[in-house]
Amino acid sequence: MTQTAAEREEPVGSPPQDLSGEQLRWMYRRMLLIREFENTAQIRFEAGEIAGFLHLSQGQEAVPVGTCAALREGDTITSTHRGHGDVIAKGCDVKRMFAELYGRTTGYCKGKGGSMHIADFSQGIIGANGIVSGGLPIALGAALSCQMRNTDHVTVCFFGDGATAEGGFHEALNLSTLWQVPLIFVCQNNLYGLSQPWEETAFQCDLPERARTYHMPAECVDGMDVITVYGAVARAVNRARRGEGPSFIEAKTYRFLGHYVGDPATYMDQEEREGWRKRDPIPRLGRQLREWGYLTDEEAAQIRAEVEEELQAGIEFAKSSPKPPAADALSDVYVHFDHHGEPR
Amino acid sequence: MREITYREALREALREEMERDETVFLMGEDIADPFGSAYKVTLGLSPQFGTERVRQTPISEQGFVGAGVGAAVTGMRPVVEIMYIDFATMAMDQIANQAAKLRYMSGGQAKVPLVIRTQGGPGRSSAAQHAQSLEAWFAHIPGLLVAMPSTPYDAKGLLKTAIRLDDPVVFIEQKLLYNTEGPVPEEEYTLPFGEADVKREGSDCTVVATSMTVLKALKAADILEREGISVEVVDPRTLFPLDIETITASVCKTSRVVVTHEAVERCGFGAEIVAQIAQTAFGYIDAPIQRVCAPSVPPPFAQHMEAFTMIDEHKIADRVRRLVTGEL
Repeated sequence: MTQTAAEREEPVGSPPQDLSGEQLRWMYRRMLLIREFENTAQIRFEAGEIAGFLHLSQGQEAVPVGTCAALREGDTITSTHRGHGDVIAKGCDVKRMFAELYGRTTGYCKGKGGSMHIADFSQGIIGANGIVSGGLPIALGAALSCQMRNTDHVTVCFFGDGATAEGGFHEALNLSTLWQVPLIFVCQNNLYGLSQPWEETAFQCDLPERARTYHMPAECVDGMDVITVYGAVARAVNRARRGEGPSFIEAKTYRFLGHYVGDPATYMDQEEREGWRKRDPIPRLGRQLREWGYLTDEEAAQIRAEVEEELQAGIEFAKSSPKPPAADALSDVYVHFDHHGEPR
Repeated sequence: MREITYREALREALREEMERDETVFLMGEDIADPFGSAYKVTLGLSPQFGTERVRQTPISEQGFVGAGVGAAVTGMRPVVEIMYIDFATMAMDQIANQAAKLRYMSGGQAKVPLVIRTQGGPGRSSAAQHAQSLEAWFAHIPGLLVAMPSTPYDAKGLLKTAIRLDDPVVFIEQKLLYNTEGPVPEEEYTLPFGEADVKREGSDCTVVATSMTVLKALKAADILEREGISVEVVDPRTLFPLDIETITASVCKTSRVVVTHEAVERCGFGAEIVAQIAQTAFGYIDAPIQRVCAPSVPPPFAQHMEAFTMIDEHKIADRVRRLVTGEL
């Protein structure tokens, strides 16, 4: 891999005490997998192979990966329309994700959900959501469920800055502290709600300050630094598992591309874009790992080759998977009835 | 058989299901004692089950209905109460986009065993934001089941079933029905969704009625009986699934049909019933299909204006009489 400006500019710092080389390499690999998954999806979308909307998150990978590194089996996440990174970080297999994007039977949602609605309930991924802020009250309920079932599981609610002006945001924050549920709000603030700069959406734009008015610990972290994100989320998860209620984390990050594939993002300032690209979280971690002796150039090349192979296999899996019969559109509406209301 | 009120029947259903299954819990505004909810259905449940399981919420419909969705897909069986069906507007994303869609969008992974109890209907001068009948909104959304019981017996049996189903149910009560009494057995029973009930048999005309209008249709049948007109009253009990077979069987027998509900006529659920009858029983119908529904205006406040818009036995009887005598 070539050295970028970011690798020269960002300080390396010292290795974190609470993360092993194996964990750090997992983070590196997972971020790269997300990045290349989305790059591949973009190419296939532009080639006309994938339908619908594709909301990409290149640049934001450190947030879901740092977050999910602090979770364990049995924990739950909700995600958003820009959710590929969140669900891959939690454990989704890119084969079945590509299959979903291609609308195949082997996709996570058997072709009924697509890019915006990937879910894997077996891994606690209870759905990416096409409605901005729609996942916040649902995450509240999942966390309430963790509490009422007397588990020490936690729920992470991923959402964007765009959700913070919605009523559901306020209601979920308020109820989460009222009930002291094990919930971690992770706001991926990528600075834009579609085309609107985030600072134009509220008079009071200090999100942790807003969260603290509901009496929960809150902090703003560098969302381009996976280790920092991990640290903040791990602290919040520990509090939640101890029964100390919800926390709020704002991870400042950046969407390298437009709102969806096809959006030229003319509303984004060129200098701003270049500045954030220099802070790309993936080469940054790569350089740190090399400096700390956790990754050789050969290993980095090996990881990249593995990721590319995995994605290639994923595309082949998706393309060779059968399309569901069109009439499959009529199933999965109810558990107990067909779509006419006849008992199943 | 003992007689209890519609309210008591609903409370018994909640109590029995909470005793049977510890994942069943209640959420809603003002539902804990001493207030015990706006129409007192949950009165007495919080002392028995505690305020964890009879969980009072702030005025936050989107928040607590959404919490119900999230809890339902992760192993609980929440029963949330929206105090007035008019307030469901505040939670429509969670009802129509989330609860109704999660199973489908996830390719059949999600189960959403959520019951949304609410109540609607006019009759207490509650005016335009506390007296609507919005059942058609919910029946229109694929993914939701809709129940609308008219009697204490149906209310208890259907609510117990609703709680046990793994699909989201909008369970619509009626504010004037809470004090009505009817026979309810002491022993355990449930009622299936998708099974209409013939509340009264007759031969000259079928009246398909829901919720409060079932009671009005039965009174209309009494009036008309004295005039020699025999009316059959069919209550679908659940709007989805809809037992169209029982309805059309009745229509085929009587050859005339009047559909009545408290909701406004335009795009009301009656339009769906009428369309299905026309599609499946057209050749058996001897007279134009009729609807007796509220005029398409918001519920007014003043008692005489509200009464003017409401469905009563005389409006139903008048329409049936004219239909049977060939005036229509």
